[in-house]
Amino acid sequence: MHIKKFLKPKNFILCSFLFITACIEDAPLDSLSPAGPYARTIDELFWLTFWIAVVIFFIVQGALLFSVFYFKDSPDKPEPKQIHGNNFLEILWTIIPVIILASIAVPTVRTIFDLAREPDDALKIEVIGHQWWFEYKYPDYGITTANVLVIPEDTPIRLEMWSNDVLHNYWVPKLNGKRYLVPGQKTYLNLHADNAEEFWAQCGEYCGLSHSKMRGRVLSMSESDFDAWVINEQKNADNKLSEGSLAYEGQQVYLNAGCTQCHVIGGVWDVQGERIAPNLTHFANRNVFAGAALKNNSENLTKWLANPAELKPGTFMPNLELTEREIEALIEYLGTLK
Amino acid sequence: MTKIIEPKKQRNIFSRPSSEEGVWSWITTVDHKRIGIMYGYAAFFFLLVGGLEALLLRIQLSQPDNNFLSAAEYNAMFTMHGTTMIFLAIMPISAAFFNYLLPLQIGARDVAFPRLNALSFWIFIAGGLFLYSTFLFGTAGAPEGGYLAEEVSRLASAPNGGWFGYQPNAGLKYSPGTAMDYWAIGLQILGIASLVSAFNFITTILNMRTKGMRLMRMPVFTWMTFAVSFLLAFSLPIIAIALFFVTFDRQFGTTFFLTEGGGDPVLWQHLFWLFGHPEVYILILPAFGIVSEVLPTFSRKPLFGYPAIVFAGFGIAFIGFGVWAHHMFASAISPVAQAGFGLSTMIIAVPTGVKIFNWLGTIWGGRLTLNTPMLFALGFIGMFVIGGLSGVTHSVVPADTQQTDTYYIVAHFHYVLFGGALFGIFSGLYFWFPKVWGRMYNETMGKIHFWLMIIGFNLTFGPMHWLGLQGQVRRTWVYAEETNLGFWNLIVTIGAFILAIATLVFMANWIYSRRKGEVSPFDPWDARTIEWSIPSPTPVWNFSKAPEVKSLDDFWHQKYGEDEDGRAVRREGTDELLLQLEEEGLNPKEEIHLPSPSYFPVIMAFGLPFLGYAIIYKSIPLALIGVIMLLIGGFGWGTEPLEEEFESSEEEPESGESKNYE
Repeated sequence: MHIKKFLKPKNFILCSFLFITACIEDAPLDSLSPAGPYARTIDELFWLTFWIAVVIFFIVQGALLFSVFYFKDSPDKPEPKQIHGNNFLEILWTIIPVIILASIAVPTVRTIFDLAREPDDALKIEVIGHQWWFEYKYPDYGITTANVLVIPEDTPIRLEMWSNDVLHNYWVPKLNGKRYLVPGQKTYLNLHADNAEEFWAQCGEYCGLSHSKMRGRVLSMSESDFDAWVINEQKNADNKLSEGSLAYEGQQVYLNAGCTQCHVIGGVWDVQGERIAPNLTHFANRNVFAGAALKNNSENLTKWLANPAELKPGTFMPNLELTEREIEALIEYLGTLK
Repeated sequence: MTKIIEPKKQRNIFSRPSSEEGVWSWITTVDHKRIGIMYGYAAFFFLLVGGLEALLLRIQLSQPDNNFLSAAEYNAMFTMHGTTMIFLAIMPISAAFFNYLLPLQIGARDVAFPRLNALSFWIFIAGGLFLYSTFLFGTAGAPEGGYLAEEVSRLASAPNGGWFGYQPNAGLKYSPGTAMDYWAIGLQILGIASLVSAFNFITTILNMRTKGMRLMRMPVFTWMTFAVSFLLAFSLPIIAIALFFVTFDRQFGTTFFLTEGGGDPVLWQHLFWLFGHPEVYILILPAFGIVSEVLPTFSRKPLFGYPAIVFAGFGIAFIGFGVWAHHMFASAISPVAQAGFGLSTMIIAVPTGVKIFNWLGTIWGGRLTLNTPMLFALGFIGMFVIGGLSGVTHSVVPADTQQTDTYYIVAHFHYVLFGGALFGIFSGLYFWFPKVWGRMYNETMGKIHFWLMIIGFNLTFGPMHWLGLQGQVRRTWVYAEETNLGFWNLIVTIGAFILAIATLVFMANWIYSRRKGEVSPFDPWDARTIEWSIPSPTPVWNFSKAPEVKSLDDFWHQKYGEDEDGRAVRREGTDELLLQLEEEGLNPKEEIHLPSPSYFPVIMAFGLPFLGYAIIYKSIPLALIGVIMLLIGGFGWGTEPLEEEFESSEEEPESGESKNYE
């Protein structure tokens, strides 16, 4: 039977290595391609455990397959010896796993506390979970933004996180493990990116209808780019659009169609207090929107403004029954929010 | 012909059911074998339903940004898939084995409380139907203030908060409608079924063992039943309390898990996993028991390290209560708690490893018969080892914060619960098939089933390991094309369909062999434990006279001795012994008193769903129906005499006494 051939030890080992090397190229959420010290520490620990597991795997599966082929019944085989057990072996295969596990336990415990420690001179950023997008606040700079977290490269970041509604789970696989966002209490997570690069984020915990579309981007940039970004973010939106232009028309739609109920645009409609939807002051600078599920382009915006729930089931953004002209104007206006 | 004594008719609320064949005889039966068979079929039905739900999920995920299911439908499907497989498929299929085999393995005529056994089964059926009635009556929708582009379909009108029901997402504000109430109350009802049977089995094992069946002579399957019953008894009350909290939050405006009312969503996580982790062992220990029976039988060797396997089983059950927070390493728990639970999770790997090494020790040096049950048992070891090793990587807390909530976890627990529990269950289904039906299954089809299943299984759940590590998050309806996860997801979906085909082969084999299979001798495997010393199919009275057990694997030692090398030697006169056993088993000499059938467990059990509906729809009439059914059931049960008076008893009942009944 040719299936049995597959189970021959040699072929089996070969196939197992095929499985190990089956990794996907260019996966933006890849936890096996760390891009910062925190993720790298975890990665090292994972591979240590992995290779120990691989060794045990081959020992156990090898013993299993060997037994199957070597002790298979055949007519000339005598009845087996009736062995009931062996205390020495029992002790041996209790002690050896304990020693192996202890060798994993020591670095594990150390790493747990290392990862939890607040780094010195870290940039503090608040992450607030909403159904279904992440909001970011920079208390030191007075900035509020959404979906795209901008950080300086090679700088430790301390995230202080909570949720506005249900449990969420913040995950930037290339920078660190996950941490829950819990309503009513704060959790913390450190990030640190080696280089200027764009990373993907994703909500890990099931948080309702559009959990799968609760994504994010982390943009790490050079110190000078970051400073420029901060200065720009601190500005209000340009309020002096020439009357009669399409963008001006769009601004009127924003002010009158109901958008202001939930969205703030600094300098145009700043009200005090929390708003349940993303701050749009610098919308055009973000390459994604709608919980980072959609690329920021006019095609996606047209679909989104026509019926948000179509793209993001359960969304709190209503269909405002905008006309085609209004949508066009609004997109033009959003494009000016740099 | 038979010596079963017919009980005298007596009057109660309903007269004692009398049919011996047909539907009513099954509905009113208290025979542990019939209950076991019904448990098995019902659980297998739900296994198919849960499998269909999984296929829908896999079709949706076969390519990125797919639109086969809506988000609402997808969420309902994965919730129902998990809930069904755990509570309606694997747990009751284990209960089927417990029911059928436990009395046979300890030499008893039935369980300690036969009517309680029937009650447990019917509550399970009532709870399952109640839960699934959500597809007819349930409602679900967007969270308060949210919008949906399309109407909620019937398929999406099922519970959608996940089988783990994390709060506050599964609360009223974020999961409006009644679907999550069906879930909470449905699980509550199912929990009662398991609790009832747990106490029944504990009592049975402690009190009903036959002469000479000391604890350390019990088959390992019986031991694992014992361990699982304790796990059920201690863990189900926790989830019962937590589910009451949920129901109160949803129905009566309490705020156990709502931050705005001073509650704590993390409390739910603790309560749920304090139940949920022992639950994992509730699912896997029966399979441990099954393979511990199958491996020695087909290796023609005793189980290696019997005491070690028994104590490891209890060690796992005990430590299983101290590892729950490893489901929450990314949640709001402190580094100290992370370290503590990481270590306890590592510790539980030790007894698990002891079991695996002992199984290897069992087949080592044996004479292995590679038939279907043995293949499934060997496959169980191979697959369970993978699940166990990936489990160890979760105990490495920092690594787990990368893995948790991804498909890596999905891969891990399917290797444990499918490659482990379900492979063990299939092994057991083939192994005891001749005992239950008196016929043999078809070996060729059995082997085709095994090979399709092990290929399909690894194709389905193997790639999930790296899909998870490379960023596929659990419970996601769609994934972006840019994640480059599409190819392996397609492979996984293909694997899932191979599994479906394998299941069809199994069903075909079952249906065919049940009717047309070769008639099996009563000891087809040259087996070891005393359930094989009685005729197949098992006579209604099990043992014609209570057997006396002189050692572990008593039946084997009746047949085999050992020569000076320690090799097994068939005793002289074994053939005559077997003939004599069959003859005696079919023709009992003593009078046999069997527990009498009863209507009351069914009536009582079906009162519970009415109470459930009454809570959901705040309906007093429904509550009254439920209470009345419970009262009729309980009162009738209480006044139904424990022992029937038998016509041929030596003493005729006094006339005065019988007047009370007539």
